Amino acid sequence: MSSKVSRRQFLSYTLMGVGGFMASAMLMPMVRFAVDPVLQPKSEGEFVPTPQKVDKLTETPVRVDFTIKDRKDAWYKSDVSNTAWVYKEGDTVIALSPVCKHLGCTVSWEGSEKHKNEFFCPCHDGRYEKNGKNIPGSPPLGPLDEYMVNVVDGYVYLGKTVPNTLV
Amino acid sequence: MLNKIYDWVDERLDITPIWRDIADHEVPEHVNPAHHFSAFIYCFGGLTFFVTVIQILSGMFLTMYYTPDIENAWKSVYYLQNEVAFGEIVRGMHHWGASLVIVMMFLHTLRVFFTGSYKKPRELNWVVGVLIFVTMLGLGFTGYLLPWDMKALFATKVGIEIAASVPFIGEQIKILLAGDSTILGAQTLTRFFAIHVFFLPAALLGLLAAHFIMIRRQGISGPL
Repeated sequence: MSSKVSRRQFLSYTLMGVGGFMASAMLMPMVRFAVDPVLQPKSEGEFVPTPQKVDKLTETPVRVDFTIKDRKDAWYKSDVSNTAWVYKEGDTVIALSPVCKHLGCTVSWEGSEKHKNEFFCPCHDGRYEKNGKNIPGSPPLGPLDEYMVNVVDGYVYLGKTVPNTLV
Repeated sequence: MLNKIYDWVDERLDITPIWRDIADHEVPEHVNPAHHFSAFIYCFGGLTFFVTVIQILSGMFLTMYYTPDIENAWKSVYYLQNEVAFGEIVRGMHHWGASLVIVMMFLHTLRVFFTGSYKKPRELNWVVGVLIFVTMLGLGFTGYLLPWDMKALFATKVGIEIAASVPFIGEQIKILLAGDSTILGAQTLTRFFAIHVFFLPAALLGLLAAHFIMIRRQGISGPL
């Protein structure tokens, strides 16, 4: 094969190069604009106060509803309500996320008559033990997430959710 | 690699004649700037189309953030311009491109007029071209309201009053555009958004197709 570049090859390479450069100059800003949400830093997840007093907690999980004030969703700010299942294990406070690890429905403690002492998801009969461990043979493939917990002035404060550390 | 894929598809679907028919045609000497530099005036139609493609692309990306609602429209525009990477560029492309389309289209019209290209047998293409012109002005008018700032609001008030001055049916046109007989508000914004993003672009694509098919059918008009 000759190493000489023919006039036709030279022209087609330069035309393709210049054309590609111009096309990418046009498309790059638009693509970067579209993928921006993926490249945004994840939110820190500040601790949010809940109305739950620590000394009212027992070893039985209770449902705690709390509100995230002024959550910033791009150009829209609003109060968002959220839920946790909270109980005490010795002196430590444990708060589990109610989001089922199967497909994201909402679980509740003893949500089914048939399954005492378990979290139950009504969508596909997903079941979890008290510490969030998914029961083999039921649809979920992992344990319930855990909230970061903080106690301030006797009240439970909840942070972001993290993978379960109890199981 | 690419050649092999192309050959594989071509062997089955015979696609070569399709793109040959679209792309492979002679550019007559009198419209080729390489022969006569003054022939650059024949580029304005193509440039109009090029800017139109940029408008369609940048517009598609803008709708990823834009919200056609009176509470959120301005905020979403502010967000996409100031918080999103390259937002200023993408919105800028759409903003400046909108004016550029009109300029290019006007120059293209002048070229067609002064070279007499609208004459028989190309009268129909001139008519379609005028319809494209009107569609573009409509896109400009409806798009101007969408940022929902004071300038947009009052410009649209004036525009709707102009439409209302049409004899006999002016009032009906006004209500049809604004969505309400007195208020220029929530319904106006959603209407203008729908017209700007769906109705007029659909009409525009159809008209452009007709415009281009006619050019290929009749060829470019001869030299002066």
